[in-house]
Amino acid sequence: MNLQDIITKLDLKTLSSVEKDLSSNKPACGYSSDLLSCVMAGAPKKSIWITLQAHGNIIAVATLLDLSAVIITEGAIPDETTIEKANEEGVVLLSTSLPTYAVVGQLWEMGLRTSDPDQPCS
Amino acid sequence: MPQDTLFKGKLVSEQKAEDITRVEELAYELKVEEVMTANPSTVTPETTMGDVLVLFRQTRISGAPVLENGHLVGLVSIEDLLRCLQKSDLESETRHYMSTKLLTIKKNEPVIEALKLFVSSHYGRLPVVDDDGNLLGILTKGDITSGILQAMQHDYQEEEVRRYRASHLFEDIESDRSSLILRYSIKQGDFTHGGSASSAIKRALLRLGATPQIARRVGIAVYEAEMNLIIHTTHGGLIRCEIEPKQISINITDDGPGIQDIALALKPGYSTASDTVRELGFGAGMGLVNIQRCVDSMRLESVFGQGTILRLKIFLSQEDSVGEGS
Repeated sequence: MNLQDIITKLDLKTLSSVEKDLSSNKPACGYSSDLLSCVMAGAPKKSIWITLQAHGNIIAVATLLDLSAVIITEGAIPDETTIEKANEEGVVLLSTSLPTYAVVGQLWEMGLRTSDPDQPCS
Repeated sequence: MPQDTLFKGKLVSEQKAEDITRVEELAYELKVEEVMTANPSTVTPETTMGDVLVLFRQTRISGAPVLENGHLVGLVSIEDLLRCLQKSDLESETRHYMSTKLLTIKKNEPVIEALKLFVSSHYGRLPVVDDDGNLLGILTKGDITSGILQAMQHDYQEEEVRRYRASHLFEDIESDRSSLILRYSIKQGDFTHGGSASSAIKRALLRLGATPQIARRVGIAVYEAEMNLIIHTTHGGLIRCEIEPKQISINITDDGPGIQDIALALKPGYSTASDTVRELGFGAGMGLVNIQRCVDSMRLESVFGQGTILRLKIFLSQEDSVGEGS
């Protein structure tokens, strides 16, 4: 499963301008939380992060963790500077009007699971 | 247009499209004189076609400009030579076979203009001239292809060289103890730039040859400390990251307000963050816990009313060392 499949299946809106072919972006697993420190601790690299936070700091988090993509739920729209920052850092920023629970459920059904909970910082 | 010419007849995948963009860019950036063959072999209208044959064979070219008293009057190509051979007319002078319907290109035109001419005219080569019409060189499609390939190779090498230099930073510097110090001032309340310092440090470490795991651990630890400065301090503070081949030491200092109860501050889930900050997703009370998890040693000192200093160390094994090559 690749990011393009996920975007099509869940009808996600792409907010950042993406140059690379998204079908070569293959997320490893999923993670959801709106508390940034939990994300820092729990989201493995190449995971998709589902959150309703839409402020600029989510880009720093996504960059530091090498996330595959960020899905912003409940129709929250980040401001221009956040999207600009995403473009600068090459972060794939997606949006949907669905609530987090629905997105997570659909991703799980598509086969995207959690990672090993004991996995340390790497 | 340019990709039609360069990738003619080939299916272009989405992934390739990115590379084409650079090729296109180069077709606009590169000037004709940068890719042309300068000082080409020339002939005169009186040269016999037999001599042209010898010249083409010896120099392995397929066309030559024809000059009369230094002025460009024609172009003789392998196609003309074939016509001549068909008639067994090698004694004849070049003037009878050369083409005089000339298309030239100026030396300072971008390569893209030459490509357009090649497509519209079906000519195989174009004489390159200066503003006064003097011959400077000759341009074929092959010249353009190798010119673009060379430029792309150059692009790639530049980044390689930069990375290579950084990853060997400490090798050529002699001292009893060499280190690289990165400093960042963090402003209180500056959520817009939150994460900039940690991202910059992570990038620097990767350039220096750190493994992705090390860069990630340092990135997470510094991020949490950086956000603490933004959220909890009176005036912000300083991040000082000292990189040595075998260890990375990060000191984060501020001048207040200081932590009242350090043991409590270290407790997972404990936070003094305001409701507004919590709404942004901060203040989970996991910051210091995260830092501790990512570093090899952490010391937190604070005097309430004066300030806080957080000292972090990450030790690198022989294989993980930075700035000493691989």
